[in-house]
Amino acid sequence: MVIVNGEAKDAAGKSLKQLLDEEGYELSRIVVERNLEIVPKESYDTIIIEDNDSIEVLSFVGGG
Amino acid sequence: MKKEEIKEILSKSKVAVAGLGGLGSNIAVMLARSGVGHLRLIDFDVVEESNLNRQAYSLSDIGKPKAGALLEILNGINPKAEYEIFQLKITPDNVEELFRGFPVVCEALDSAQEKAMLVREVLLKCPGATVVSGNGMVGFGAANEIVTEQKMKRLYVCGDFKTGIEDTDVILAPRVMICAGHQANKAIELILEGK
Repeated sequence: MVIVNGEAKDAAGKSLKQLLDEEGYELSRIVVERNLEIVPKESYDTIIIEDNDSIEVLSFVGGG
Repeated sequence: MKKEEIKEILSKSKVAVAGLGGLGSNIAVMLARSGVGHLRLIDFDVVEESNLNRQAYSLSDIGKPKAGALLEILNGINPKAEYEIFQLKITPDNVEELFRGFPVVCEALDSAQEKAMLVREVLLKCPGATVVSGNGMVGFGAANEIVTEQKMKRLYVCGDFKTGIEDTDVILAPRVMICAGHQANKAIELILEGK
């Protein structure tokens, strides 16, 4: 199982980009941490999610 | 910790503030009042009349660069601190140069895309930095919706996480200042915890 924002998901084997697209994230507004490491934007396509990965996605709204 | 010890630690601390609008100008004022010894302040923009409903500026500041106007305000509050101002746009290319060596970085930019870019780039390129970000403080509603949460290893986020300028053009001083207060408070907490 993979933990995405605290929830167990069956996402092992997918690319990170595939997961983010399926979850409906707008890629330009998010920051992604995988196993406590920040993921560069350029790596979303190439990272393949592994079993027991822990992924945190933070989505921003505008205003400041 | 005793008052004198806190004062000493804060006077030797460094914080960078990215964006000097509703969040950043108020964060900087609070940190200056608290005696933070070194602030680096970055914004490319100039003060407009429409900013005065929530930002730390006055009528006489209209047309001035925000960084310069804020420097005058801060020197009027605590002239003993060191203030460095940069009137420029933050891009992935200048993040490392601007934020390296700052243990605490307050993200106070306006657009969701720029917020995400800054947080991502600082966390990737500045391994010693903890980021305190603002996310969701426009519109109206309960003050208690605005919270501080640790979202990642070196990232704290303050806001209601949902109310953005994409949904409303209502921006009111209290919610913006509550969020700025959360950010300034977390910055001080991090400094006093020795982060």
